[in-house]
Amino acid sequence: MALKIGAGDVSHIHEHAKETYPEECAGVLVGMDAGGTKVIVDVWRAENTFEEEERSHRFLIEPLKIREFEEKARERDLDILGFYHSHPDHPAEPSEYDRDHAWPYYSYIIASVSSENVEDMRSWVLRDDRSGYDEETIVG
Amino acid sequence: MPNVRIPTPLRQYVGGNAEVAVQGGTAGDALGDLVQQHPDLKQHLYTGDGKLRSFVNVYKGDEDIRYLDGQDTEVGENDELSIIPSIAGGLCR
Repeated sequence: MALKIGAGDVSHIHEHAKETYPEECAGVLVGMDAGGTKVIVDVWRAENTFEEEERSHRFLIEPLKIREFEEKARERDLDILGFYHSHPDHPAEPSEYDRDHAWPYYSYIIASVSSENVEDMRSWVLRDDRSGYDEETIVG
Repeated sequence: MPNVRIPTPLRQYVGGNAEVAVQGGTAGDALGDLVQQHPDLKQHLYTGDGKLRSFVNVYKGDEDIRYLDGQDTEVGENDELSIIPSIAGGLCR
């Protein structure tokens, strides 16, 4: 499946990743599943509520927050299609910890961010058998 | 029969449904029946040693069953359980 995301939403993710550096940022990808392509209509920031001292390498969005985001999306006839987070000073590839905590179907955008800039951004989907990820093509 | 609300990423394993009617008088029995009806769900809800995954949250109404009686939380005929994701990740260090 491909992931379609506009330039404005991409720059929103980049700005968030740079603002929270050296901590990880996190947020929600909202849109429509157009049978074969996920079309992102909006991206929403989420608060990283992992313990403060661990936020340089961990993020957490809590369940009641997810439920709020789902309700907000449904009001606009949209769905949560995935999430984004940043990897400060590390590649835009999922870690073993990411895989342990991932859900199927959702797109996981990872932005690799340095103190200067966002160096790379890639999107991943967990395989059905949880053995690893498949990379999704990001189209503008 | 109690209902279990299924989050979007797991609906593909239950025929695309948002809710599944289950049997059981406790949350543990209800989830067990859900997995028996739809075995492909199991690996996404439970770890290899049979524990509910840490990012899988089960609510009875507005309350997390972890803060009620866990798997022993009673569920009645008209109760609704919701499986709600928490989203976590990050670097391995």
